[in-house]
Amino acid sequence: MATLLIKNGRVVDPASGRDGVADVWIEDGKIRDVAENIAISDVSEVFDATGLVVAPGFVDMHVHLREPGFEHAETIETGSRAAAAGGFTSICPMPNTSPVNDSATVTSYIVEKARQHAIVNVFPIGAITKGSQGEQLAEIGSMREAGAVAISDDGRPVMNARVMRRAMEFARSFGMPVIDHCEDLHLSAGGDMHEGAESVRLGLRGIPGCSEEVMVARDILLAEVTGARYHVAHISSRHSVEMVAFAKARGLPVTAEATPHHLALADADMPPYDSNYKMKPPLRSACDVNAVMDGVIGGAIDAIATDHAPHPGSEKMQEFENCPFGIIGLETALGVALERLFHPGKIDLSRLVELFALGPARILGIGRGTLAVGTPADVTIFSLDREWTYDVNKSFSKSRNSPFHGKTFRGGSVATIANGKIVWQG
Amino acid sequence: MPQGLLGIEGLEREEIQAILDRARDFQPRGEHGVRKYDLLRGRMVVNLFFEASTRTRTSFEIAAKRLGADTVSISAQASSVSKGESLVDTLNTLAAMHPDAIIMRHAASGAPHFLQRYLDTPIINAGDGTHEHPTQALLDARTILDRGAQLEGLRVAIIGDIAHSRVARSNVHLLSKYGADIVLCGPASLLPRELADIASGVTLTTDMNEAIRGADVIMMLRVQLERQHEAAFPASEYFQFYGLRLEHLRLAKPEVIVMHPGPINRGREIASEVADSQRSVILTQVENGIAVRMAVLERVLSPKNNHGNAAH
Repeated sequence: MATLLIKNGRVVDPASGRDGVADVWIEDGKIRDVAENIAISDVSEVFDATGLVVAPGFVDMHVHLREPGFEHAETIETGSRAAAAGGFTSICPMPNTSPVNDSATVTSYIVEKARQHAIVNVFPIGAITKGSQGEQLAEIGSMREAGAVAISDDGRPVMNARVMRRAMEFARSFGMPVIDHCEDLHLSAGGDMHEGAESVRLGLRGIPGCSEEVMVARDILLAEVTGARYHVAHISSRHSVEMVAFAKARGLPVTAEATPHHLALADADMPPYDSNYKMKPPLRSACDVNAVMDGVIGGAIDAIATDHAPHPGSEKMQEFENCPFGIIGLETALGVALERLFHPGKIDLSRLVELFALGPARILGIGRGTLAVGTPADVTIFSLDREWTYDVNKSFSKSRNSPFHGKTFRGGSVATIANGKIVWQG
Repeated sequence: MPQGLLGIEGLEREEIQAILDRARDFQPRGEHGVRKYDLLRGRMVVNLFFEASTRTRTSFEIAAKRLGADTVSISAQASSVSKGESLVDTLNTLAAMHPDAIIMRHAASGAPHFLQRYLDTPIINAGDGTHEHPTQALLDARTILDRGAQLEGLRVAIIGDIAHSRVARSNVHLLSKYGADIVLCGPASLLPRELADIASGVTLTTDMNEAIRGADVIMMLRVQLERQHEAAFPASEYFQFYGLRLEHLRLAKPEVIVMHPGPINRGREIASEVADSQRSVILTQVENGIAVRMAVLERVLSPKNNHGNAAH
């Protein structure tokens, strides 16, 4: 029997409340035991984790793997390698591929491709509407059966409130969360960056904070009417965070994720017209950044997700207004989160692991994000103090669009174990 | 990075003053009239206009020729841009022909800034999207100063579609560096509140009378229908509330001057009687455009600005 023993790490498992030095015993791809000084003979492999943190495998509930259709930007394989290098053992690709993942056929294709080529778990997210056109509901039930764990029309939000209401009702029948990229396309039309002093100074058209907020408000009201589990993708503005906190206080099953870049960067941090700082939602004001931080600290925000969005260099090497939205983020997420949240003492380690593992796993209901005995052995081993510098040219991703190139981080992933197997080691 | 001219915002007041002072030398005056120089003989300047422009392009071309430089003008319609070549490829191709400077106009804000990061040839920004139009602000300042005024403490009203105006932005930066009192005026949908934060000394008003009261300078902006992505105001009401008419001038200082970057829309943002009045300096602006652009070209291209020949 294949066994792996992770020795002497600081085991942090928010699901059980454990935070202390212990060993993790993995057998046949599952957690066999977590305890101090596990003494077993006949171990096939021992990993010495002295001085390192041993946590349940990280789950990134929001990535773009670009396959099928845009394999020049990323593939399921390359995206999964970047994920492993960033400490993620599970990733959830959004459905905006070509064709759109709006049917069991496409979902099955992704699941099968992942089985063959991905080195971490891939849990696809299906579309809400056919072709993400915002009109007719996609085959939500069949996608569920084929392996989809949530639905979203990420990037092309459902503008018709009635369609969104029906989607929420239908998803509730299957217990699936509905994830919305909150953007009123009329208010944001033509915008290239956050609407504020910076956009005015640079002469770029703005994407106002209210374009997100009116949709968060709409969706929360619809979630209350329908009883659906509703999740706000990449929350970025102050009033959005306030409304999610309000919904939670009312006991609604509303959750939210924040990206590392919305925790780390504001609109004013962009070097002039640098398209590696262009994404949706845009980097917002410093006040919004603080509100997202507060949401993470205070519990309004449940998960950190990267919105890893690869684009080839040629597409980002254009006039700013012509460049596509999105940046890659799988390899830098932990480093950024440690810098912004853990090192300054804003949150403790258990909360950090919760945001990366337990939080998203619970939203998706995938039975991961813990080190409970018998669960699939997804483990992320990371350092809190090892210094390293991000070189995007060495990224496992096929794309290079990161604002964090050349940045030095303190702490980051050291080894990634998916289903009991070490899939990446730094 | 090569020393081109991308915007006013990044310039020091001393650099601006040096250009304005030098431009005086290039102004036609007295019996000499227009003079030609050979300060830039043997130099090659490419005029690359991705956006239609007659006056600015012609002005740059004349400025270069008066300094003895050779010029080539390329308009986007006639270049390979229309064949789908990317901006970077177009510029790299031109740069490989070793011009000494590229004068560039582009409809996208930041296009020259983006290119300058990859190009060794200095770029002179002749207007980028809704961002900056530095030589326009320089020629406006030269025109104000020609009237004997100081820029310090001057009350300047800039009226019109501020949101989409690169002329307004460049002027705000320049005037602010000199401590002028700048009033921006237009309908609220064309007057983002954040404008008050981009430089010091800026106030905003939606009331045209308030903007003009006590003004030393009134700058009217062209209503740019081509930059209106939607109806930000009812076009039929524009002139009634934001068009400059003779009666407005009574609110301003007696010696007020009226400026306009051109081309003017008579009856849309400015009444004909104002455009043709004694207070209008619109044609002086055009004249100064050449002198100022000569000073800019000399600054960018003169041998002492070259890396190899720089004095230590």
